[in-house]
Amino acid sequence: MAEFTLPKNSVVTEGKTFPAPQGASNTRRFEIYRWNPDSGENPRIDSYLLDMDECGPMVLDAMLKIKNDIDSTLTFRRSCREGVCGSCAMNINGKNTLACTKAIDSYPGTIKIFPLPHMQVVKDLVPDMTHFYAQYASIKPWIATQTPAPADSERLQSHEDRAKLDGLYECVLCACCSTSCPSYWWNSERYLGPAVLLQAYRWLVDSRDENTGARLDELEDPFKLYRCHTIMNCTDTCPKGLNPAKAIAETKQMLVKRQLG
Amino acid sequence: MDFKTPLAKATGLGSAKSGTTHWWMQRVSAVAMIPLTIWLLIFLQLCLTATYQETLAWLASPLNSVCLLAWILSAFHHAASGMQVVVEDYVGNEGAKIITVWVIKLSIGFLALAALLAEFRTLAITG
Repeated sequence: MAEFTLPKNSVVTEGKTFPAPQGASNTRRFEIYRWNPDSGENPRIDSYLLDMDECGPMVLDAMLKIKNDIDSTLTFRRSCREGVCGSCAMNINGKNTLACTKAIDSYPGTIKIFPLPHMQVVKDLVPDMTHFYAQYASIKPWIATQTPAPADSERLQSHEDRAKLDGLYECVLCACCSTSCPSYWWNSERYLGPAVLLQAYRWLVDSRDENTGARLDELEDPFKLYRCHTIMNCTDTCPKGLNPAKAIAETKQMLVKRQLG
Repeated sequence: MDFKTPLAKATGLGSAKSGTTHWWMQRVSAVAMIPLTIWLLIFLQLCLTATYQETLAWLASPLNSVCLLAWILSAFHHAASGMQVVVEDYVGNEGAKIITVWVIKLSIGFLALAALLAEFRTLAITG
């Protein structure tokens, strides 16, 4: 039932402020969520004033500057710094996105950075992705066939069939979409969420896969699939410009088609 | 200590292999209600100024009685399935969820029967 008290560690307190270096004229304020599981304290918001003349253009550049020059305890994931690995997904000024592909100049004033919403926090901006990855594994994201592969070539696919995977294969599993979805917030134990459903659809429409029926069977569930109420936060927030809501709608259409003939 | 693997937790009890009919019928009833509700509003508007006998006569016409029956069935079906979805979304406790869905379905079923009975009795008056 509804809970009327906030869970432990919900109240965020004001943290430290790190002033701008002497003589900096072009400064920008970054307010960042901090939580250390070892301290036993509630989360806090630390403020960092950065000299923008000494900082790269992206939000991730600013975070790296903080970690390298100001406060090495700031914890976050990052790797490729070009929107391919999906590690630096976080909530920047109220919207989930990749810190590495978001320019600081695309925001006015203070930049507020929080971890992905409604995920267990490991530390600072690092969410626990275990369940999300397990859900991804549960849809068997690999090709399933009975027909053996041709002896002297790969499994062929027409240009038209290959084009059906465009807009799907680009997903980097950053979880921006799933963690922006209210349905995923309330029912993530069972609802697969937009990212995993987009991946499920990627295998449903792959012309080389021979397991479409079983894949649809697995998805046909009031919770796994039908918690999607076309809220569209997923499509709105996707930092790669993909459309998970459409993939989910197409999956529902396939299920109806299968029933109605 | 919980030694269940993340994958075991994610797969849970597996797929219910249902849900499409529920989802599809919610759409079908919604679409059906568009013309039916327009008809109902016009009908109610006419009833406001009509006499009792005139209203009964309109209601007794086959087209109007079928439209009213169809509206009752679609509206109550849509209400029950829609409220079920809301409860499934927001009620986390399994026991409370099941009981609430029961209460919704039984009470809406009861109201639908009452509405149908009212229409049949009205039609019975008109002979």
